[in-house]
Amino acid sequence: MEPIALNGDMAIAHAWRQIDPDVVASYPITPQTIIVENYAEFVANGEVETEYVCAESEHSAMSLCIGASAAGGRVATATASAGLAFMWEVLWIASAMRLPICMSVANRALSGPINIQCDHSDAMGARDTGWIQLFGENVQEAYDNTVMSFKIAEHSGVRLPIMTCIDGFIVTHALERLETLETQVVKDFVGPYQAVRPLLDLKNPTTYGPFSQTDYYFEHKYQIMEAMKRAKPVVKQVQKDYAKISGREHSIIEGYKTEDADYVIMAMGSTAGTLRHVVDELRHEGKKVGSVKLRLFRPFPFDEVKEMLEGKKGVAVMDRAISTGSSGPMFPEVRTALYDAVDRPDIANYVYGLGGRDVKIDELKGVYKQLMTKDHDMVNYLGVRP
Amino acid sequence: MSFTLKELSHSEDRLTEGHRLCAGCSESIVARQVLMASKKPVVVANATGCFEVSTTIYPFTSWNVPWIHSAFENAPASIGGVEATYLALKRKGKITEDINFLAFGGDGATYDIGFQALSGAIERGHRFLYVCLNNEAYMNTGIQRSGATGRGAQTTTCPAGTCVPGKKEFPKDLTRIIIAHDLPYAAQASPHNWRDLMEKAEKGLECGGPAFMNVVTPCPRGWRFDPALTIEISRLAVETCIWPLYEFEKGKWSLTGESKRIAEGKKEKRPVMDWIKSQGRFGHLLKDKWSPVIEEIQANVDKKWEELIKLSQM
Repeated sequence: MEPIALNGDMAIAHAWRQIDPDVVASYPITPQTIIVENYAEFVANGEVETEYVCAESEHSAMSLCIGASAAGGRVATATASAGLAFMWEVLWIASAMRLPICMSVANRALSGPINIQCDHSDAMGARDTGWIQLFGENVQEAYDNTVMSFKIAEHSGVRLPIMTCIDGFIVTHALERLETLETQVVKDFVGPYQAVRPLLDLKNPTTYGPFSQTDYYFEHKYQIMEAMKRAKPVVKQVQKDYAKISGREHSIIEGYKTEDADYVIMAMGSTAGTLRHVVDELRHEGKKVGSVKLRLFRPFPFDEVKEMLEGKKGVAVMDRAISTGSSGPMFPEVRTALYDAVDRPDIANYVYGLGGRDVKIDELKGVYKQLMTKDHDMVNYLGVRP
Repeated sequence: MSFTLKELSHSEDRLTEGHRLCAGCSESIVARQVLMASKKPVVVANATGCFEVSTTIYPFTSWNVPWIHSAFENAPASIGGVEATYLALKRKGKITEDINFLAFGGDGATYDIGFQALSGAIERGHRFLYVCLNNEAYMNTGIQRSGATGRGAQTTTCPAGTCVPGKKEFPKDLTRIIIAHDLPYAAQASPHNWRDLMEKAEKGLECGGPAFMNVVTPCPRGWRFDPALTIEISRLAVETCIWPLYEFEKGKWSLTGESKRIAEGKKEKRPVMDWIKSQGRFGHLLKDKWSPVIEEIQANVDKKWEELIKLSQM
């Protein structure tokens, strides 16, 4: 296919159009809105067969998705920021019912103060809800992850909801070159949807969402955890299969010039691209540096993170969110992954970019410098005025 | 369409025995009447509440039909999602059967926390019947006030004390608020008049769009009455005009059952004092000090009743 120019939101809507889910529930919220607006046009023009429902809130949008998915439909929705926070209660229910709902999240800061720009606070707030979380760096990954997300969530060994995240405005609204697949190729890759125990199977009436007391609740939670464990190899396999049809290799964690690097910075989302540029510049100066992009945050790939970072002299974990009273949320995960390493690197946390604050090349160079000189605290703040 | 007991005795058990509702609870009575009113297969969504927790204690279920409970405030959205998939799969030829969609919620889930989801689902026109099992308080958490709790009733969050006579406010008139959505069908019903209730449920299920039924469901625990008197109490609600039976169909209001007979002068309208004396939750109002509250309740019932008569004559 000829490359086209789309922004991140449009790329997601384009992927949805090719997949043509049975039900899309929508509610507008910046910077996700373009996805549901674009899709509404496809519906209006008869390009898809989807039942498109405009909910009166994100809470109801997710509740509609739960009903639609339990009924036996392939279901998608999108949200951001306060919208994701408003869904928080029902996100737990979607995973507990093992419903493979696919949701695109345009990462945005949470109130207050109100702010519409990018950070990862929304997705991090949902990290414990039993949803698989994939992060994309750019418009191409927004498209690729969306296509793959259906295959991952619906896998018989997984059957968990999935959120595919992209950075608000930085990716959602940026026009980039995009390589798409033929619609039939996408349809064949995702395959027809096979519902498990759908509500609309009248011959086998199923009770969804019963009251689970102390005698069973723990086991129900444990089963979600087990499904999460099975999700990691499935994500890897789907990425491999996707490479065969697209030629684009994705992984759950991607190193850039890390093999011989002494100092590494790790990030999720669009910052990974900036980091590669910084690595190139510093390499030009003869510095042995590398960077790591994490694509899969839930389930957290402890083994792969350890393998990537063990033996480095210094590692900085960049968090575009803050767990107030602690550190950035990714930092403790990476530190946990490295605890058992024989050769443990010096490790520091950098909270950055909250509320859409730009991350600058010189600032990132400064992080490498601080790693090299061990001139840092455990938790550091990049670009904040004291 | 009228129902006969003979015919109903052959109908399938959609809600089976073995649930853990309290003795004398009217929720299962109402639900069974509604479920029997559907000639087609039904899929049910339930809000969190007494009815949900009592009928589905894992690993058991009392439901013989597809059933989903998601959260407290979202039964209308959940059933809307089910209906959306039904429409999509029907369009694609994957489903051929006609199915009815039904949602149950208590008054807390309907008047209060779930009101937005209900209003949104009705506005969007999902084809479903929403039944409010209205026991006038949050009974599942131990008798706290809701927007449906009557003036003067005692609950744990509006207790009667030396200065306060129980609940200060009159209940929200939710049925009329829902009717303001201009939906195809809405009604108030009571389980003591099962034929009236079932005919309304059938109309709601067959009206082709969203429908709403507000059903008085007496709660022996919360209202403090003998569990043997559930049906008597629900009859009293209608006879005192505390709970008029009426329907709104295609823009037209009509009184039904005992309410119609009272309006026509064929049946006595009983004083609210009879209602107040029948339940422990109003016991404190019988002190001389609170007699003005009873007068206020009577005045409000009379006012609403006159309004309803005017609406039904329009």
